[in-house]
Amino acid sequence: MSASVSREQSLDSSAVGVGLVLLAVLILAVNGAAHAVDWAFRAHAWMFVIAAFAGIAGLWLWHEDSWGRPRFDATEYEDGIIKAGIAATMFWGIAGFTVGLLIALQLTWPNLFYFPDLGWTNFGRLRPLHTSAVIFAFGGNALIATSFYVVQRTCRTRLAGGIWPWFVFWGYQLFIVIAGTGYLMGVTQSKEYAEPEWYADIWLTIVWVAYLAVFMATILRRKEPHIYVANWFYLAFIVTIALLHVVNNISLPASLAGAKSYAASSGVQSALIQWWYGHNAVGFFLTAGFLAMVYYFIPKRVERPVWSYRLSIVHFWSLIFIYIWAGPHHLHYTALPQWAQTLGMTFSIMLWMPSWGGMINGLMTLSGAWDKLRTDPVVRMLVVSVAFYGMATFEGPAMSIREVNALSHYTDWGIGHVHSGALGWVGFVTFGAMYCLTQWLWKREKLYSNAMVEWHFWIATIGIVLYITSMWVSGIMEGLMWRAYNEFGFLEYSFVETVSAKHISYIIRALGGGLYLSGALIMIYNLVRTARGDVPADERKRIPAAPVLQPAE
Amino acid sequence: MAQRPSWLFRNHRLFEKNSFILLVGILVVVAIGGIIEIVPLFYLKNTIEKVEGMRPYTPLELAGQKIYVREGCHVCHSQMIRPLRDEVERYGHYSLAAESMYDHPFLWGSKRTGPDLARVGGKYSDEWQKQHLIDPRSLVPESIMPPYAFLGGRSLDLSTLKDEMSALKFEGVPYTDAMIANAADDAAAQAGGDYDYEPIKKAYAALSGRNDTIAFRDFDGEPGPPSELDALIAYLQMLGTLVDFSTYEADDLSNQR
Amino acid sequence: MTYEDWSHFAQNWGTVYFVAIFATALGYALWPRNGAAFRRAARLPISEKEGSDDRPLA
Repeated sequence: MSASVSREQSLDSSAVGVGLVLLAVLILAVNGAAHAVDWAFRAHAWMFVIAAFAGIAGLWLWHEDSWGRPRFDATEYEDGIIKAGIAATMFWGIAGFTVGLLIALQLTWPNLFYFPDLGWTNFGRLRPLHTSAVIFAFGGNALIATSFYVVQRTCRTRLAGGIWPWFVFWGYQLFIVIAGTGYLMGVTQSKEYAEPEWYADIWLTIVWVAYLAVFMATILRRKEPHIYVANWFYLAFIVTIALLHVVNNISLPASLAGAKSYAASSGVQSALIQWWYGHNAVGFFLTAGFLAMVYYFIPKRVERPVWSYRLSIVHFWSLIFIYIWAGPHHLHYTALPQWAQTLGMTFSIMLWMPSWGGMINGLMTLSGAWDKLRTDPVVRMLVVSVAFYGMATFEGPAMSIREVNALSHYTDWGIGHVHSGALGWVGFVTFGAMYCLTQWLWKREKLYSNAMVEWHFWIATIGIVLYITSMWVSGIMEGLMWRAYNEFGFLEYSFVETVSAKHISYIIRALGGGLYLSGALIMIYNLVRTARGDVPADERKRIPAAPVLQPAE
Repeated sequence: MAQRPSWLFRNHRLFEKNSFILLVGILVVVAIGGIIEIVPLFYLKNTIEKVEGMRPYTPLELAGQKIYVREGCHVCHSQMIRPLRDEVERYGHYSLAAESMYDHPFLWGSKRTGPDLARVGGKYSDEWQKQHLIDPRSLVPESIMPPYAFLGGRSLDLSTLKDEMSALKFEGVPYTDAMIANAADDAAAQAGGDYDYEPIKKAYAALSGRNDTIAFRDFDGEPGPPSELDALIAYLQMLGTLVDFSTYEADDLSNQR
Repeated sequence: MTYEDWSHFAQNWGTVYFVAIFATALGYALWPRNGAAFRRAARLPISEKEGSDDRPLA
């Protein structure tokens, strides 16, 4: 099973497998481009053609180049793909945050940031671009990169599957590009966080099955009897997302050469399936996967085992069990039957318990090492992310109570809630993991600048606080204004009055988003300097080893 | 290979068993929860409430819905009025499940950056809708809606309608073969073109049990073949107008579950 | 089976199912004999050698 050094003079079977997949894609895509019934589909078919062609060419070059050399040395970890994953995570992060800032500005100053002649810059098309870029491109690349790192380290074995992990990496980037350009061209299924059309969904399914196979095969050849709990969370994330993705995207294309498809289910059934998916995309993509990071990177960084391994097991099973039921809280007071709404609400409230169990486990891992919060800003970032997780998972169950939801649903409160999870929890734990990985993989004693991590931490934290508080204010305000009555028993405010009342909040929100983006830019500078092995000028002066040249007098 | 520890070799089958137990355990826990929650809904079928008037969308309305989705209108506008006093007074009768039975998928939305549109049909004139889509702030100065001026100049692509209606028919929308065959002409007829619109009127009335649920007129006021603006306004003007609420009894036992 | 049958089944047996799963997970986590394996597993991230070793898996 394991590729050893002696196999260098032969055709690599994983390369043949990937090559055949790419060849099939190439043939289908050329056909699609030739027969396309709409221009968006034609553009996408050409993108697939170019990508498949580039993939085959790259595969060929690599294969020739590696002839006669060890290809997948079982005595080393596969670290190249993780370095690529760090770069992809940060690249898409900046892209996603920037689009987020742009659409926040559009809602604030519509005359300045809308362009009547460029329909593709409208909010309706950019909003899914923002959500997909941050969730799937930024978050997804972080998950793939860290999962590949953690599974190798905790199983003490090289990543399985030869070249397949690279297929997963590049195949996933292709999915992101197809999805994102699709939104700009108006290609969407309209289902939130599942907007890409049928052909992008099929491609993602292929990539995802390869991801699952690589991950499982690596676990299978582990040299440790126990599967570390972080891998449980990663595995649950990969398997469940596969299931959710396939079920939620069952649809019938109007034409096999066109972009438009119609979902198999309609109305109330499609709503329940969508929010079963949508909520568990939060539960398994944005929670389970990132909890895996907590269970690896916090213990590793503070050099202490997780506080209670037993708690982590109970946490795992109760979390994945309860999450899967909670979706209907997105459909309170709708045409969904009430028992399903009540079921969703009950499980959402129960979800508070495993969530806080995980939070406590993450925080208490620091017991005996609390000083690291002061001395290592990366630890502080990881710990504050767990604190934001605790906050968001308290707010969530509260908002799932029907009577609270009657006020909060449809308002900016929901946007604020999502961002306390996304910016505070998912963002910070990812930043923490990326700081760790960059330092470790490029084998540096420490990061280029801890002071810059401090700056990043504080700028981003202030940004999050501005974001969340402004959305609380605007969300609760508009919710109350919608239901306000005047002394004569009539509705007090017209809808547009509630829109203009939010203007100040929107300015503050955009400011918060801008700060968060600035922090990420500082981080990228710091990571690049760390990877290059640079040492700050003021520290270099303090090292007396190198002789300092004296200027001639 | 020979250097593999013997202990590991002896226990390797156990390792594989463990990882598959984990995999299957996750699948069981996750899949059964989803099935138990979702399956009952499919036994609701389409007779969710006893109401009259729902019919599949006409070709022009369907094309309008496609533009509605393409431009992401659902991102900011819900189509789901909740049974809360203020919402019913602001937007109209609360939404029934039956009203989205032909939406593949549903367009209930999750955010009201703009107002709910479930019953926007007939609330504003065609001219108002046209002007508002082209330049929202010329009518509502405080609005933050994007401008959709580019829709006006674009003629509607009628060539894909047949395929789209066939796909929907396969998924259970009761379009007849004649409706699908005449899709392009019917769309042009509804947008005020010089066609005989009696057949389409009769065909859709047979499905809805109501006459006069289809508006035939030049929605964008511009002569010539139907534009994307025609289709979108036709869709908006239809929203919420189909169900005959005189036939709906909220207290009926079958509406209480 | 009608819609009513299904929704009753979902509401009643769903609870039983939940209790069974939770009890199983709790039993596995607290079973005394598993303790040693868990203690060893918990040290997995921090017991690895990293950094200087060029061939960490050799």
